[in-house]
Amino acid sequence: MAEIKVDCIGETCPVPLVETRKALRKAKEGDIVEVTGNHPSSKKEIPMAVKALGLKLLDVEESGGTWKIRIQR
Amino acid sequence: MAEKATIIVHSGDMDKLYSALIIGNGALAMGMDVSLFFTFWGLQRLEKGGLEKGPLSKMNMLGLGKWMVKKKMKKQNVASLERMIQDFKELGGKILACDMTMDIMGIKPEDLRQDLIGDYCGVGTYLDEARESQITLFI
Repeated sequence: MAEIKVDCIGETCPVPLVETRKALRKAKEGDIVEVTGNHPSSKKEIPMAVKALGLKLLDVEESGGTWKIRIQR
Repeated sequence: MAEKATIIVHSGDMDKLYSALIIGNGALAMGMDVSLFFTFWGLQRLEKGGLEKGPLSKMNMLGLGKWMVKKKMKKQNVASLERMIQDFKELGGKILACDMTMDIMGIKPEDLRQDLIGDYCGVGTYLDEARESQITLFI
């Protein structure tokens, strides 16, 4: 099981969502994708995409405007 | 079958092309299938070297307004149209070119970015896809 990190710090709409999707497409079943960023709407919208894709949202953390979202494929 | 969005890109304005690609990429990222139908002024953006050439739909001011908006976009780290369209392709989005527009405007397939275009089509193809789409937009 691999852990894939996606750095979207400083990126704006729709890049965090798109980069998350790209990483999830490349991931194998069971792999974990960890996305970090600071675009406020993406913190809400990446979990929406995870739900729409039927994948597992492991956790969402935020500190000082930077968030980290972990997803399992 | 996945849900689907079909978008008609009729405008060749830079800001409207951004809207089409942002919505298209967002829909792909959320697991939908997406087709973009480029027609009329929109199709001119698929000519070689044409992607970033569109004016601003309002306050273009002979390009001054566009220059100001592009400067602002760069500062905010907004992705370029080229990057957005490459992402669109990478995520499996489909790009279709209107063949009637090509005839009217005298555009030949070799004038267009064939690396991006999946197919050439007419209104029937759009309707065939739109009737099974949950989202369809005219931009």
